[in-house]
Order: sequence, then C-alpha cells, then structure tokens
Amino acid sequence: MDWRLIKDRIVKYTFAFLLFIALGMVLLIFVGLTGKSLPLLQNEPIGQILTESVWSPLKGNFGFLPFIMGTVWVTFISLLIAVPLCTLASAYLVEYASEHLRRLVLPLMNVLAAIPPVLYGVWGVLFVVPVLSRYVAPMFGIDSSGYSVFAGGIVLAVMIFPIMISIMVQVLQTIPQDLKSASLSLGATKWETITKVVLVKARPGLIAAVVLGISRAFGETIAVLMVCGNVPQIPKSLFDAGYPIPALIANNFGEMMSIPLYDSALMFAALLLFVIIFGFNLISRLILNRLEGKN
Amino acid sequence: MSNIQRRLRKEKIAKIVMQLSGISITGSLFLIIGTILYKGLPYLSWEMISQTPKGGFYIGKEGGILNAILGSIYLATLSTLLATLIGIPIAIYLDVYVKSKSFFARCCKLLFDVLFGIPSIVYGAIAFSIMVWLGIRASLLGGVITITLLTIPIVVRTIDELLKTIPVDLKNVTFSMGTTRWETARMLLKYIKPGIFTAILLAFGRAIGDVAGVLLTTGFSDNLPKYLDEPTATLPLAIFFQLSSPVPEVQGRAYASALVLTFIILVIVICTHILASKQKKHKI
Repeated sequence: MDWRLIKDRIVKYTFAFLLFIALGMVLLIFVGLTGKSLPLLQNEPIGQILTESVWSPLKGNFGFLPFIMGTVWVTFISLLIAVPLCTLASAYLVEYASEHLRRLVLPLMNVLAAIPPVLYGVWGVLFVVPVLSRYVAPMFGIDSSGYSVFAGGIVLAVMIFPIMISIMVQVLQTIPQDLKSASLSLGATKWETITKVVLVKARPGLIAAVVLGISRAFGETIAVLMVCGNVPQIPKSLFDAGYPIPALIANNFGEMMSIPLYDSALMFAALLLFVIIFGFNLISRLILNRLEGKN
Repeated sequence: MSNIQRRLRKEKIAKIVMQLSGISITGSLFLIIGTILYKGLPYLSWEMISQTPKGGFYIGKEGGILNAILGSIYLATLSTLLATLIGIPIAIYLDVYVKSKSFFARCCKLLFDVLFGIPSIVYGAIAFSIMVWLGIRASLLGGVITITLLTIPIVVRTIDELLKTIPVDLKNVTFSMGTTRWETARMLLKYIKPGIFTAILLAFGRAIGDVAGVLLTTGFSDNLPKYLDEPTATLPLAIFFQLSSPVPEVQGRAYASALVLTFIILVIVICTHILASKQKKHKI
C-alpha cells in the first residue's frame, strides 16, 4: 500500500484513540464518583441524605440540606442580580449601541471572563465583604461580618456576567431585522419592540444563557469559599453565612481519610455537582445548538 | 400627559436603565482590577517576585513567592502543552476524518461543550481519589493531569470553531487533487495557525488561574519545583493561603501576589486579542 495511505491510517487511529480517551473521562468521572459514594448511599437512603440538616461527620451524620440550601441561596442571589442586568445590557448593546461601542465592550467581557476565580475571591474579601458589613448591613439594622451568602451572590453574579452577556448578545443578534422593522413601523417605540418582540422571540436562547450561568454559579468553588463564611447552617437571611457544596468539598478533603464514610460523603457531594451541572449544561447547549441550526 | 408622551418618556427611562446596567457590568471589571491594584501595589517589591519563602515567611518575615510563580508557570505550560497535543488531533478528527455534520461528530462536540462547563472541583475530586487509590502523593504530575483534563475541552472547542470558519471549498479542492485526509488536515492547520495560538493562550489562562483543581492534587511547597513527583506551590493557591493568614504583612503579600496574577492574566488577554485581530485581517 502507498506510504501516504498508511500514514493517513496511522494518524486516523491515533486521533480516534485520543478522542475515546478524552470522552472516556466522562464515564470514568461518573463511575468513579458513583462507586465512591456507594458506601454512603448504602448506609442511608438518598432522600434522607438530601433532606437531613445535621452535618456532624464524627457522629456519622451526613445531612446535605445546609449545603444544598447554601448553594441555592448564593446561586439565586447571583441570578437575581445578573439576569436583569445582563438582559438589559445585552439588549442595549445589540439594539442601541454603535458598532464602535460593541467592539469596545465585548473584548472587555473577555477580560472579565479570563480573570481567575481566586482574584474574584480576593476582590470579594477586600471590597464586597467590607462594604456589606460597614454600609449595607447597618442600613437594615443588622450586625454582620459581611461574610455571607449575599457577598457570595454578588461575587458570583460578577463571575457569570461575561458568559451571560456573550451568549445573550449572540442570541439577540439572530433576531431577524424584519420582525423588528414590522414592530417599529406599526408605531411601537424601540423599548416596546425590545420587550414585546425581541425578548419574546429570543426567550429560548436567553433561558439557555441563564441556565449556563446557573451551572457556572453552581460549581464555582474558591471565590465562594472565600466570602461565604462557611458555617454549615441553613441561611435564613441575606446576611447569614452559608456553606455551598463546592466549598464543602474543597475545605474538607485533607482530613476526610480518618473518619469513616467522610470521603464517601464528599464524593457524593461531587457526584451531585457533576450530575446537576452536566444536566443543566446539556439542556442549554441543546437549545443553543438548535437555535444555531435554525439560522 | 398624552399617550405618546408617556411612551416616549418610558423609552427614555428604559434607555437610561439599560445604559446604567451596561456601565455597572463593565464597571465591575475596573472595580476588580482597581481594588487589587490599590491594595497590592504598596506591597509589591522586587524581593517578592525574585525570592523563595525564607524561614518565618508565613509570620511576615523575609522571602517571596518565586516558588509559586514558577510552579504555576510550569504547571500551566506542561498541561497546556499536553492539552494542545491531545485537543488539536481530536478537533481535526471530528472535522476531517468524520463527517463534521454527522450525528457522531455532533454528539462528541456537544459532550465537549458540556465538559467545558464541569467545574474544576469535580475534576480535582476525582483525580484526588484516583491518586489515593494508586498511592501517588500530591505532586506537580497530579496537578498537570488534572489541569490537562480541564483544558482539553477548551482547546477542542476553540479549534473546532476555527475549523468551522474555513470555507468547505478549500477542503474539497485539496481532496480533489488527491491528498489524503492527513495531508488536508496539515494544510488546514496551517490555515488556522494564528487561531491555534489563541486557543493555546486561552487554555494557558485557564490553567494558570485554576485553584480548585490544584488544591487537592498539587499540594504546596516552599521550594522551587525540580521534579514531577514533588508537591508544588501555585500562585492562586499561594494567594488563597496568604489571604487567610491573620498576620497583616502576609495578607499584604497576598494582595501583591494577586496583582502579579492579574498582570499575567492581562498580558495573556492582550496577546490573545492581538492574535485574534490578526486572524481577522488574513481572512479570505
């Protein structure tokens, strides 16, 4: 056979091999995490683990509710801040802003996306936490150290700005000009066109962007760990400390070996994160792919 | 007030609100960099970045963070190299060897998209338990493997996006001249060369800034990294540890270390931007 063809064949099998290794990782992660968390799951039914609120590994109590609630709180707060801001800003960038401004702002979003989580954490500790404890909490008559789910939510919101903005801008740009022209020619103002035509038409894409933001917020570890206070309790107000799941894993890996079932519990936490984020990502990517296919 | 006046006023208010939200989002970037600059600059010194920690470093005595800077650069370089060597072939395979519109290729790309979103703490946790299982201690090698896995999806997706921009005709023309797929692939790689550097820089930026992945796998050490099987300090982790210290001098060093990391990231981003604009210029 021709040497060129042999070379082609060799390259083909090597590349395919690399692909299967890389994809095999997904399976390995899932099987590994499930296998590791089995001892805990055999010990207690999964429903009980997820809804019990006492976390004391030394006594063998592994209630995940405080951590789940911690994660839910910070994610919810970050969405409450990020979703309206990002929707409005990207609508402005697409519908009002000049090409010049767009070309100035979007690269800045890339810079924001490139900033490592730990720097967000440093910013949170140096800026968000002091501002919360000195100015915001006293306004509500609350005495708080600032290390709270609110601080975590703010830091996370800034972290998910870039991904939401970049996807929302892409989605909004796919809205056909005809639709907008039709609405404008009927006498609607630009703002009315945006709220009643553009945002309605763009809804699936916007939802996908938000879901991607959620999954980013869900898995963020170090920045949240630095500002959330890390008290295993169910947060009751904005200024309470929380303890999200990723922080739990990161904080306790060193000592887990000595306590029975501890490593299993932490692996279960990782499995929980993996499954939820995998699902969320899959849904939003499917929506985005379908939108891309349409155009 | 008439109906139209009310609507126009609403339009004006809405525009201002939108501008404000845009400003606050863009402003957050400058706020972050400004905060780090303001706090870190007074503590930054040549000694900080040119020395390893000396005795009593963590109670505020002499030394620097050279070990962490070098450790991070080693870690990021090695894992970016590996991720590129694995990622580019995968992207090529999915685009040249398999029909790029086929179900299989689309599924694989979707999976890489999803993997891109998996947080590094999950990679770190699984790598850590594999290392425990194999009896490997926390080391540079463990960190490199974890970070490589983390960055492969970035490389694959970026290269795939680049390959998409190549006109299909170009591929077909080379095929019709009788090239094998490998020869076509090499030609395509030449075509997207500046873009490949962008992908590498993106991966490098992610690799150098990650904490959760290295926290469990790479360990920490005050010495300069010499071998792959030694625990190694990394810059983000050094920031994290120093910041949680109660000693003000050590905290100050954390701010300065954060400034160093910010500087590295900004250099990477600017390089990426320049390369990307070059790529646009050469487009057919």
